Amino acid sequence: MDLVLFYVFAAVTVVASLLVIGQRNPMYSVLLLIGSFLGLSGLYVLLDSPFAAVTQIIVYAGAIMVLFLFVVMLLNAPREDPPLRTTLPVSIGGRPLRVGAILGLLFLAEMAWAVWRVPARAIGGDAQTVDTVSSVRQIGVELFTTHAFAFEVTSVLILVAMVGAVVLAKRNL
Amino acid sequence: MDPVFIAQLLVLGFTFFMLLNSAAVSVYLERKVAGDLQQRFGPNRTGPYGTLQPVADIVKLLFKEELRPKAADAVLFGLAPVLSVTAAFAAFAVVPWGGATTFFGLLPEPIKLQAADVNVAVLVIFAVTSMGVYGIVLAGWSSNSKYSLLGALRSSAQMISYELSYGLALASVLLLGNSLSLTDVVNAQAGTWFGVIPKWFVVFQPLGFVIFMIAGIAETNRAPFDFPEAEQELVAGYHTEYSSFSFACFFLAEYVNMVTVSAVATTLFLGGWHGPFLPEWLGWVWWLIKVFALLYFYIWMRWTLPRYRYDQLMHFGWKVLLPTAVVNLLVTAAAVLYWS
Repeated sequence: MDLVLFYVFAAVTVVASLLVIGQRNPMYSVLLLIGSFLGLSGLYVLLDSPFAAVTQIIVYAGAIMVLFLFVVMLLNAPREDPPLRTTLPVSIGGRPLRVGAILGLLFLAEMAWAVWRVPARAIGGDAQTVDTVSSVRQIGVELFTTHAFAFEVTSVLILVAMVGAVVLAKRNL
Repeated sequence: MDPVFIAQLLVLGFTFFMLLNSAAVSVYLERKVAGDLQQRFGPNRTGPYGTLQPVADIVKLLFKEELRPKAADAVLFGLAPVLSVTAAFAAFAVVPWGGATTFFGLLPEPIKLQAADVNVAVLVIFAVTSMGVYGIVLAGWSSNSKYSLLGALRSSAQMISYELSYGLALASVLLLGNSLSLTDVVNAQAGTWFGVIPKWFVVFQPLGFVIFMIAGIAETNRAPFDFPEAEQELVAGYHTEYSSFSFACFFLAEYVNMVTVSAVATTLFLGGWHGPFLPEWLGWVWWLIKVFALLYFYIWMRWTLPRYRYDQLMHFGWKVLLPTAVVNLLVTAAAVLYWS
């Protein structure tokens, strides 16, 4: 039963993620991304981590993607511009595309490195570690003791981003 | 088959069925209370005291013609009402409406009177309600009509703004209940002080209760916060282009959402199924009384207060309600830390 559910959720996640970049209509892309997040949260539930699953839905599917939809609706761009593809063979895209490609490759390498590193720890971990992760109390304690520095740094990062957005939007305060 | 499993399935089916009925009852209540508040009779032609009016409403809606604008996005136009209704029903799944029972010894072990007991139930409610906004946004966008689009934009902005206060009010109750499970939160509210004052969290959290109800009304797009469907400006807002059954879906979702917010408020602040005088197995009667009292409050508000202006709504949400909720949470956390 668990195995069947795993394949269902995994298939939803992967297929939806692939379709996100295959859509001409940004509205559909956003919706497919939400579908992919829902599949991912299903996987978290199967991993006995309901807290991570629910936060995934609240933060990503519930809050961030609503803002995405908001922007797409306000820009009122029903279709992406197709001309990019016709210029592609001539100059291999131009600078933005090249930078994007380099960043993409970098990200792929990072992911490969992370995936290659993980099994050594995850498979070695016993059932006890899995159990503690599911407890909300444990997550809280870990977050505010062991990972307190990362937590605070993240909050500063978000604050900087917020101030930056305000400065950009309101030039003459 | 295992009798406990079958009983649990029956409870699930019963919960679904009664939630569907509660929407019909709320519609009748809304019409009758509106009639009272405006000094007229309200519906009184169909059945005794007009009690069959909801049936007539439903039949009327179902037999209308289903219309779809030519320029609408067919897939999303069909999907939007389904999403709305699904989110509305799913949120109720984790709400307990009675204590654990064996049905007078019929079952070998007690079962819980709720569709699903999840240990992060409060967060599940929060997650599912936040998904409800997609139904409205997609309805507005896919209709390809400016009234619908404006309604959807207003609605998403409003729901994002008030969701924060809603979540903070929830969090302050969780600190008192010391659990994310709704059953635990309800059981923490059992008993009384001096035999008179019930140990409900509303006593500790009067401010939290007020914030929760205001944010709840805004989340369900009811008056005085019914901007997504402000008739004078937007015809009917996000569901302008909908008719027949798909309109009925939005209608149903609105009333089920009201019932859910009332039920969650009852569970978190008003002691759930606990109450004086009645034996333990009749706890659901108390639960029903509390939920319908809150539903009455909802309807009372709608027919008493005029709609706010949009800038007033945003001003109130961000500059009054949110800071109050943050301070409330901080004070609660400090108090819990001090006395525990």
